[in-house]
Amino acid sequence: MIDFGKNAGFDLKGRHRAEARFQWMGKIAIAISLFFLAAMVFTIARDASGIIKQTQIQLQLDLTDATGIAQNNKHPSYGKAVKAALRAQFPKVKKRKDKKRLYGFASPEAGFEIARMIDESPEILGRITKVWVTASDGLDLYLRGKVDMDLPERQRRVSDAERDWIATLQEQGHLRRVFNWGFLTNGDSREPEVAGILSALVGTAYSLAVCFAFAFPVGIGAAIYLEEFAPKSRLSDLIEVNINNLAAVPSIVFGLLGLSMFLGVFGMPRSSPLVGGLVLALMTLPTMIIAARAALRSVPPSFKEGALALGASPVQAVFHHVFPVAMPGMLTGSIVGMAQALGETAPLLMIGMVAFIVDIPTSILEPATALPVQIFLWADSPERAFTEKTAAAIIVLLVFLVSMNLIAILLRRKLETRF
Amino acid sequence: MLDPIISARGVNVFYGDSQALFDIELDVLPNKVTALIGPSGCGKSTFLRSINRMNDLIPVCRFEGELTLSGQDIYDKSVDVVALRAQVGMVFQKPNPFPKSIFENVAYGLRIHKMCTAKSELQDRVEWSLKSAGLWEEVSHRLDEPGNSLSGGQQQRLCIARAIAVQPKVVLMDEPCSALDPIATAVIEDLIDSLRKDYTIIIVTHSMQQAARISQRTAFFHLGKLVEFGETKTIFTTPKDERTQNYITGRIG
Ligand SMILES: Nc1ncnc2c1ncn2[C@@H]1O[C@H](COP(=O)(O)OP(=O)(O)OP(=O)(O)O)[C@@H](O)[C@H]1O
Ligand SMILES: [Mg+2]
Repeated sequence: MIDFGKNAGFDLKGRHRAEARFQWMGKIAIAISLFFLAAMVFTIARDASGIIKQTQIQLQLDLTDATGIAQNNKHPSYGKAVKAALRAQFPKVKKRKDKKRLYGFASPEAGFEIARMIDESPEILGRITKVWVTASDGLDLYLRGKVDMDLPERQRRVSDAERDWIATLQEQGHLRRVFNWGFLTNGDSREPEVAGILSALVGTAYSLAVCFAFAFPVGIGAAIYLEEFAPKSRLSDLIEVNINNLAAVPSIVFGLLGLSMFLGVFGMPRSSPLVGGLVLALMTLPTMIIAARAALRSVPPSFKEGALALGASPVQAVFHHVFPVAMPGMLTGSIVGMAQALGETAPLLMIGMVAFIVDIPTSILEPATALPVQIFLWADSPERAFTEKTAAAIIVLLVFLVSMNLIAILLRRKLETRF
Repeated sequence: MLDPIISARGVNVFYGDSQALFDIELDVLPNKVTALIGPSGCGKSTFLRSINRMNDLIPVCRFEGELTLSGQDIYDKSVDVVALRAQVGMVFQKPNPFPKSIFENVAYGLRIHKMCTAKSELQDRVEWSLKSAGLWEEVSHRLDEPGNSLSGGQQQRLCIARAIAVQPKVVLMDEPCSALDPIATAVIEDLIDSLRKDYTIIIVTHSMQQAARISQRTAFFHLGKLVEFGETKTIFTTPKDERTQNYITGRIG
């Protein structure tokens, strides 16, 4: 009888052990990477959770003689009315220093918020109305228990008097916490309680649109020419080596190129998504060309041969048979390149997309910033409330990234022929 | 005797520095099946691909000599390969339907050569081609299904239908049955025989029986040289050259 069991020799035991060892190592490696991923997601989500809701304060606003403000100012602010309303709520506060602390309850932007309310419903002018305005970040942090009240009074952000006023406001129902839509609909601001992500989001969307519109056709065109038509020569070898090297060039170099070429030579508008998108396009082009060539190369040559043998011209053979089959792969490659561009900060800093942008850009020629730059700016701000904004902005960036990949998958599914 | 449709005079083909064909002199007669046989690497495919200039696609490949189709030199500067290949169809060893529907596979040549203006005309031509290729019965109800959903033998007949749809003068076949089972092979062999009345067929095959069954004339290649060429019957019964004798009896190859 032949022994097929464990003891049959052939170094079976040694091989099984090696197998088990390798499987264990693989599992440990996966566990480690999953742990770090989970830790990252957890800390970001924890930091960002603070901005889901936002504190508002209710004011009894006296606008009986504020009609003139709107007529005399281009950007009217009703800061005075806000202050008066706060004073009216606490008539006992008399000292100048205390009044100042009291005014600090409402966001410095509250005056503009009221201007916007008046735009929407002008009838509140000339009357006394109750309105909710955004509270300051200090008040918000206190309500969320983020202010350490065990410290001596001089060292904390909220004094004993302020604590009592807040308690009174709470008792009277003049404080509430609402969903923070402002984060998604506002532009950047110096005040963390009203700073929003929209201007950066729009800037990123514009830049990536420009990047795609430029890099995709150029990249695909270059890849098709190099892969299908270019005669093999020293020159084409040289080009190939150069493209591969360009893919590894640090992105800041492309930023410098954009600075001197698009801004310096062509005089395009500084800080604009147009320039940002073009710089990102230059950066992603090599990646796109390499991915597109790989996709073209994976198409069986028999399709092209069959078409040529039927009398198709080389261009017909490529565009009728090779291109459609390679298209899903080329698209996926391009979107991977764009995802890289999405996270790029350095080249955008070079061309000035680091400006402080309050207004939402409405065209690719207006100054704008981008998500990663916004994250960088907020992370650099000393206010505690901006730490939370940073985390929330990172989440927005990640969501953007995941949606891009999702689009890539869906497009791929749709384009992949059933043949 | 018939006028030859293709004649090769002093054909030499090189791949870089190595010569694949030496001084080939060969006349192909119209409406006959000509079989090219010989051991592997002897240059059968090279010769076949010279006739529709598919070798042009190989950068290192160089052609010398004269090759005429209906009296015209096909390597003349004035010849456009697109026009040449519309006249000389080709069927490959491995079935290679396009990643498109059965209908589009057959219609492709007609479309690029703008041979049918009306849609109904196109449909008629596709139907006619599929019928000529003996495939119509099997696919008439599923024309919009992908070409590669067919069996290997059906795919090869689809490729034949695709080639004859543009009504070429000559159809080149490079081992069209080598990837097929005996039953599918028999179907294709019958098809080749029936196509003979409208087309001139040149077929490369490794099967002596196949060459004997379907061809009227046979050319035996050996090490890049044309050793013997003549009536199939003569080649298989009374070969003049010793090498031919050895090959058909299975002693070399
Ligand atoms: N693309 C190529 N580049 C270089 N040499 C080639 C190329 N194609 C064929 N050859 C050479 O030319 C010679 C003839 O090849 P060919 O393909 O014509 O042989 P064949 O008779 O068709 O063989 P088989 O029966 O195996 O298909 C061989 O020596 C081969 O190595
Ligand atoms: Mg061959």
